[in-house]
Amino acid sequence: MRNFAIRYGFLLLLLAIIVFFTVMEPAFMSLRSMVFVFQSVSITAILALGVTATLVVGGFDLSIGSVAASSMMAASYAMVIWGAGSVEAVALCLALGLAVGFFNGVLVVYARVPDLLATLGTMFLLLGLQLIPTAGRSIAKGMMLPDGSTAEGSFDPGFLFLGRHRLYDILPVSVLIMLVLALVIWFFLEFTRWGRVMYAIGSNELASRLAGAPVNRYKIAAYMISGFSASIGGILLAARVGRGDVSSGNNLLLDSVAAALIGFAVLGAAKPNAFGTLVGAIFVGVLLQGMTMMNAPYYTQDFVKGAVLVIALVFTFSLTKAARN
Amino acid sequence: MAETSHNQAPKNNVLDLKDVEKSFGSNRVLQGVNLSISAGEVVVLMGANGAGKSTLVKIIAGVHSADSGTLTLDGEPFLPATPADALRAGVCIVHQAINDCVAPDLSVAQNLLLDRLCNGETGFFFGRGRAAREAGKIAGALNLELDMNKPVRELDLADRQLVGISRALAQNPKLLILDEPTSSLSQREAERLFGIIERLRQSGVAILYISHRMSDIRRLADRIIALRDGRITGVFEKPLNYEAAVNAMLGHGMEVSKKIAVTRGAKIFEARDVVLKTGCDPFSFSLSGGEIVAITGLVGTGKSELAECMFGLRQPLAGSFLLDGKSYQPLNNRDAVRQGVFMAAKDRANSSMIPGFDISQNLTLPFLPDFTALGTVLRRKERNKAKEMIDWLGVVCQSDQDMLNSLSGGNQQKVVIGRWLSKACRLLVLDEPFQGVDIRARGDIGNKLRETAGDRATLLMTAELDEAMEVSDRILVMSNHTIVGEHRTDSVDMDLLLSQISGAVVSPNAAAGHFRKDGIQ
Repeated sequence: MRNFAIRYGFLLLLLAIIVFFTVMEPAFMSLRSMVFVFQSVSITAILALGVTATLVVGGFDLSIGSVAASSMMAASYAMVIWGAGSVEAVALCLALGLAVGFFNGVLVVYARVPDLLATLGTMFLLLGLQLIPTAGRSIAKGMMLPDGSTAEGSFDPGFLFLGRHRLYDILPVSVLIMLVLALVIWFFLEFTRWGRVMYAIGSNELASRLAGAPVNRYKIAAYMISGFSASIGGILLAARVGRGDVSSGNNLLLDSVAAALIGFAVLGAAKPNAFGTLVGAIFVGVLLQGMTMMNAPYYTQDFVKGAVLVIALVFTFSLTKAARN
Repeated sequence: MAETSHNQAPKNNVLDLKDVEKSFGSNRVLQGVNLSISAGEVVVLMGANGAGKSTLVKIIAGVHSADSGTLTLDGEPFLPATPADALRAGVCIVHQAINDCVAPDLSVAQNLLLDRLCNGETGFFFGRGRAAREAGKIAGALNLELDMNKPVRELDLADRQLVGISRALAQNPKLLILDEPTSSLSQREAERLFGIIERLRQSGVAILYISHRMSDIRRLADRIIALRDGRITGVFEKPLNYEAAVNAMLGHGMEVSKKIAVTRGAKIFEARDVVLKTGCDPFSFSLSGGEIVAITGLVGTGKSELAECMFGLRQPLAGSFLLDGKSYQPLNNRDAVRQGVFMAAKDRANSSMIPGFDISQNLTLPFLPDFTALGTVLRRKERNKAKEMIDWLGVVCQSDQDMLNSLSGGNQQKVVIGRWLSKACRLLVLDEPFQGVDIRARGDIGNKLRETAGDRATLLMTAELDEAMEVSDRILVMSNHTIVGEHRTDSVDMDLLLSQISGAVVSPNAAAGHFRKDGIQ
């Protein structure tokens, strides 16, 4: 009974909440509403999947929010000011994400800076860096450049397709990307030997090293996965908004980390896992959508997210650990 | 033997322990321990790992309470409920881990006064000047020549240790317990410590000194008490018989009659003129296929350092290794495994076990690529291999999907060693493979090592003599980071072996730098 509660408790809670909202507000269960839930959490979930990889190796990545924001600014800058096409813009962003991840990994592994501090540093660095090329202004079509001329480029329609198109008129591209990425990371972590070794490193680094795992390389790779995912999130954000907005993505870091941590409680995993992360993100999305439909004021949102996170953490760390002992 | 301690007049005794018992679960850690220490006496407590030394100390210190038996301090019943109680009663302890005794970010003066600050004896305001004056008094009394305002973090290990000891002494203890205090000190620093201890002895402090460093013991001991498997196995008064004390500690009592591998294969591994530590003698040895060789010696004599060199985790200071006649210089442990040298490191919980993994995942970890196709783990193949290994090793468990840390120590160790037995190698090094392993599992593991010995060389590092006697064909004795003796297990001269272990047979130029412990323990 107790094991059952630990394993399925969180999923049952999700089900109960869905049933509750459906009873209170029948429109909640509509396809359109569900798609909206998925769309609202897609970028958060993509970042959360990346941070899951760093949690698996026993690390942490606080820079994901600012990587996403920088990637958004980079895409906008490339297209609007340099007149780049969508392929170049996307490539630039992904390269940026990988490079930042590599930098984080090197800081953690070789410079031996503790992960939270290293990625906090990178976070600040990027928050500042993204402002420098445009002197702190947002990037939009036809914007005035520092030298007084007008920017000539514009957002490529192919790029905007990523954020705005709906496949079969219903499924947003960003949701599709979230699902594919979740599938890939889930498969990678659960079924490949690389994923296995990453979990081993997170569980006991010294033992993994002595068993022959190239720990440093794996850790750097984990941060690169995180940076890569965050840059995908940034691309989708830029494509959705259609401008390089300096203040976007403020909430991304906390929401994503919360999703990944809520994921610990899913299926009693008590460890970072891709499926849990996805469920965690959707859980928060469902709750917010339901509350919005029931006219709960927007300012209660963060409180609710916090409450969910605390419940999930208690669930993970007291119940699951107690059951194992 | 244990009765000798009762013969002394009780009124001189600072501390008396009578029939102290302590169990953790079904594990009887201390059984009928009697011990007394009188004022102005240095009593050395010797015991191998797991003998119960630290439990005994913790009972005296008020960390644990005894299940039965009595403790008497200065003739009064002594029942410390907390370490603070023990401290107030006059029992001070300097722990082995230096950083447990000092607060690294505080200054020397603040550290010396830490107990008073914590007790609230100093009042609300405690200025720098007053701190410096009071700390200066303490330091003056102990000849501590340190900058009082320097943060302890900036001191070297020896000075930190001295600060820790001085801090304990500032309490004017009746009984001072020192737990392996010289393990990180150089010879000169240790001398300074010995000087302090001798002065304390003269001033009437009772000192319980825990160590298995023979040179410390020779220098300081008034009496030696050997503890083994939770019992006192010997009390030695002056004139001290050191070899008998080592024997009592290692508890060898078995008949030397065993069959050993008669047919030795080709020479597989050779160490030539290896130097592990500055100032220690070079040594050479070779290992052949099919034989199991044990290197034995007290804790901290360089066995693990040698194992780490062989597994590519560190470099010897000088000398060379040969594997199958070719030069062997592993760049790291991955390179060592590639070249056919496997090692199960000591302290399995830290260095071998993956607590989040089940048995099968733990077993396959080093050779995971063998169980994958296109990078995907073939779970069925992995589990089949695990089931096969579990049957073969006799691991007691529900299934291959049990978490490794739910097993008993012996079964955990079977899995950890099974990991490296699952594939053939040229040389298998096992560092303290029987730590926390019950005697039956030890026998099982020994049999499997023998069964698979084949044309591989097997090297076992162990501080426990009877483990070496039970499992090996040949015993090499290590003392002071060099090999000082070699014995065939079927014809051991036990007196010679013990005197080699206890360092009585010291090679002429091996005295310098005897105290500094290298690297990870």
